[in-house]
Amino acid sequence: MSIYFTREHEWVKVAGNVGTVGISPHAAHELGDITFVELPKIGAVVKQFGVLGSIESVKAASDIFSPLSGTVITVNDALETAPEVVNESPEDSAWMAQIEITDAAELNNLMTQDQYNDYLKTL
Amino acid sequence: MHLIYEQSTPGRRGVRLPASDVPAASALPDTLLRAEKAGLAEVSELDLVRHFTNLSRRNFSVDTNFYPLGSCTMKYNAKVLENSAALFTPFHPMTALLPGGVDFCQGTLGMLYDLGQLLADITGMDEVTTQPLAGAHGEMTGIMLIAAYHAAKGNRAKKKYVVVPDSSHGTNPASAAIAGYEIITVPTAPYGDMDLELFKAAMSDEVAAVMMTCPNTLGLFNPHIKEISDIAHSFDALMYYDGANLNAIMGKVKPGDVGFDVMHVNLHKTFGTPHGGGGPGSGPVGVKRALIPFLPQPRIVMDGDGKLQLETANPGTIGRTANFFGNFGVMVRAYAYIIMLGREGLIQVSEQAVLNANYIKEKLKGHYDLPYDMTCMHEVVFSASRQLEHGVHAIDIAKFLIDKGYHPPTVYFPMIVKEAIMIEPTETESKATMDAFIEAMIEAARTAESSPQALHDAPLTMPISRLDETKAAREQNVCHIG
Amino acid sequence: MLNSHYCPHTPEEIQEMLSVIGVASVEELFAPIPPALRATTFNLPTGMSEFETFSRMQAIAGENSQGMTHFIGGGFYDHIIPSVVDHLSGRAEFYTAYTPYQPECSQGTLQALFEYQTAICRLTGLDVSNASLYDGGSACAEAAMMALRVTGRSRIVVDGCVSPFSRQVLKTYLFNLDVEVVEIAPQGGLLDRAALAALLDDRVAAVLIQNPNFFGSIEDFSGLADQVHGVGALLIGSVYPISLGVLKSPGEIGIDIAVGDGQSLGNPLSFGGPSFGFIAAAKKYIRNMPGRIVGETVDRNGKRGYVLTLQAREQHIKRHRATSNICSNQGLCALRGLIFLSSVGKEGLADLARLNRDKAEYAKARLSAIPGVSVLQASVTFNEFTLVLPKNAAAVVAGLLEMGIAAGVPLGDYYKGFNNCLVVTVTEKRTKREIDLFAKELEVALCI
Repeated sequence: MSIYFTREHEWVKVAGNVGTVGISPHAAHELGDITFVELPKIGAVVKQFGVLGSIESVKAASDIFSPLSGTVITVNDALETAPEVVNESPEDSAWMAQIEITDAAELNNLMTQDQYNDYLKTL
Repeated sequence: MHLIYEQSTPGRRGVRLPASDVPAASALPDTLLRAEKAGLAEVSELDLVRHFTNLSRRNFSVDTNFYPLGSCTMKYNAKVLENSAALFTPFHPMTALLPGGVDFCQGTLGMLYDLGQLLADITGMDEVTTQPLAGAHGEMTGIMLIAAYHAAKGNRAKKKYVVVPDSSHGTNPASAAIAGYEIITVPTAPYGDMDLELFKAAMSDEVAAVMMTCPNTLGLFNPHIKEISDIAHSFDALMYYDGANLNAIMGKVKPGDVGFDVMHVNLHKTFGTPHGGGGPGSGPVGVKRALIPFLPQPRIVMDGDGKLQLETANPGTIGRTANFFGNFGVMVRAYAYIIMLGREGLIQVSEQAVLNANYIKEKLKGHYDLPYDMTCMHEVVFSASRQLEHGVHAIDIAKFLIDKGYHPPTVYFPMIVKEAIMIEPTETESKATMDAFIEAMIEAARTAESSPQALHDAPLTMPISRLDETKAAREQNVCHIG
Repeated sequence: MLNSHYCPHTPEEIQEMLSVIGVASVEELFAPIPPALRATTFNLPTGMSEFETFSRMQAIAGENSQGMTHFIGGGFYDHIIPSVVDHLSGRAEFYTAYTPYQPECSQGTLQALFEYQTAICRLTGLDVSNASLYDGGSACAEAAMMALRVTGRSRIVVDGCVSPFSRQVLKTYLFNLDVEVVEIAPQGGLLDRAALAALLDDRVAAVLIQNPNFFGSIEDFSGLADQVHGVGALLIGSVYPISLGVLKSPGEIGIDIAVGDGQSLGNPLSFGGPSFGFIAAAKKYIRNMPGRIVGETVDRNGKRGYVLTLQAREQHIKRHRATSNICSNQGLCALRGLIFLSSVGKEGLADLARLNRDKAEYAKARLSAIPGVSVLQASVTFNEFTLVLPKNAAAVVAGLLEMGIAAGVPLGDYYKGFNNCLVVTVTEKRTKREIDLFAKELEVALCI
């Protein structure tokens, strides 16, 4: 399964036509202790780089942008009661939503792991 | 400290009520009655007095500590203002709205009218409404007046955006959003003001208003302000002035003279009324002539005989932003402040506020990074980026200052400055107080290098140490259970 | 050195500071302001001493008529204020502090606000309260905007019996949004339940009611909450806190968001302000609440303490996407409210509510016994009721003002066809003697 990143620090892991979305360890660290994750509704149609949800820490609130266009098919309800998982396991347990991808070509607009690592060095 | 509810004893009372001199009414039907009495405190008068007196002692305040909280203008609140406000407590606002009622309220209506006149002179505006209840409420009122202005010209659908600089107070975009607008944010240029070229690029016929603070939240006066307002006006966008920083410029420059069409004044900042632990404030809004038809009602006007009347039949009005005439008690204090200080006094206020901020800037700029190193107005913004190299954040410096007996400056605002420390000394502080504060700031900088842990541990002298804000946000215990 | 009591620097100190800065004069510090933009006029009067200032303020206060006997309400009420309220809220540590962003040196304000929130929750029977809003009118508007966010809908249905001032504030707040406000005309001083039923559908975000309403009527809202919830809308109730000493709490009525004006809780009339607005809601709506909220937590040593919490909702973090634009609230007035409620206490608030109703019922009987005068509403009332006079109420009120009696609020200005109606308010402060005198004068006024 390959992983791609946005410039806004979301990741998407793609398996077939399903993308699993979360935020990067860098983003989780920058936000600090996460206190709330607002998840999208199942069935919501999202555009690439459009708002998928939001995430809050004590001192900040950020939007989560969708790395790809598609339809939300599953959300990780567990984050609503245990937002701290985003800090503990951002790239794994703290996945936020799965979307059915409508246009795989949009992957070309995302960064690979190596590209993202280089991007982080520029910040 | 125990909560007042933890000191309750069933049946105990803090005050004896008057006895009834009329027969008891027949009971209300059970279907309308509450099942249980509200669980309020049950304490004696002395218990109550000790509780709140002891609580008050767990606060820093202007009367007890230097409070250089940037953007908030925490000046000393003269005591005669409190005595003055007490003179007006018995007057019922409804009296003025009764048929013939204005005859009985000429004092209070006249005070509001005069305050409007004084504020109009200070700001260069043509008329002032005293209804808005705080600064943000004034912003919202002002943007609604602008919306009504565009709607009256048939441009409601066309005008979609409000432009704000990225250094603006958060209330600016929030107020514009409530008034129905989308926000365009313009970045700050390296010279500390809104980037003029990017501003020009952001402007179009679809912009309803441009909201500015001048001096801005970096404490810098924008020399291009007239050019900016000319550009805005060329697109029929109106200029909104956030009056939060008016303390810097009284008698020196009037927003109305440099192209602003609407503005609010924070009476609790510039005009010396107490901040009350978060409020009440008061945010009168001044407008240029073109916006007078849209002002909230009732509007206080003077008739040909010099008598105050209430105008209530204006078809263009946006309506009402408060139930009555605004935070009257706050306005009494501000009015007393203005007439007490007078013309030369207010000029002196601005001059010394600016002098004090520049003095602190010069004294501290060798110890803290100063991202915008130029003459400031009433406040100065440093960055703790140098201290961050030792792992010390602005918040650590803030907590260290608490142990030294100072309320910390504003930290992490404006957001465009990393690790911002925003200091506004105000005019009422003596040189000796500022010198001692400067020493404490220098000590904090030194300690950041020598023993950063000491800063991380601060404060140590308060009733509590640093609090777990994450726990508070996750658990949301906002009401005492038990 | 005219104002050295206020701006304390001596000329020597100013010189010293200028040389540190490296400028020759204070005027040089204003050099960033281009000369062309400088003020050319500044016509304020010359200043004066505090003694002269106070005399001037006394003179202004003296231009209002003194000693009016209030039978008027309309949202502001002439209630007792225990002496402790002025004294304790007047502690400078409370009133000269600001927003408690630094919790370690603001525990006094923070704990007081937590206690305030607790009092409001207990009074309203709801789970969460914020740390105050501006006033009752803006609280109605904030509640409506909460409901718009929660439901994603765009219509607010308002009972015409809600205060006309609050309705106007609500409409002003919403006027440039794509939101529709639909008002239901009152029926005999009560909510027209049939008209409401006809309006309820899946476009409605919220229904706003008031209890007791502007006419003074206490309504039996049984079944209303289920009806409103049935179409997925929220029920917002504006309430008069003193009445909650005895009346069903908003929580018991099934109200989702309760709001009101806190003036009656220890805040003087003061020509209309400052007072405070309160808002309380079911816990599930906490993230949509406007304004500051104080939460309980612990410090590094496990000691209990209080902080501003869920700040990510607010304008200083979320900017244009904040739940509200409010920053300064009415904290000191909310503190007065808390001290008032803690002084009067659990039993006292119930007694105070009964005392209000006893006085009002006495007045209602006395006034409606005057020939030609009747009571409008069939329902029970609290401390306000609506009289139907045999002639235009406005003229009667104007006449009685000359006698030092503010007789009530004539309804003709606010409701078409109600020119003969007068809303009379009787708080615990009105004595039997004052009520009897009012009845006598009203009878005379009606004979003329």
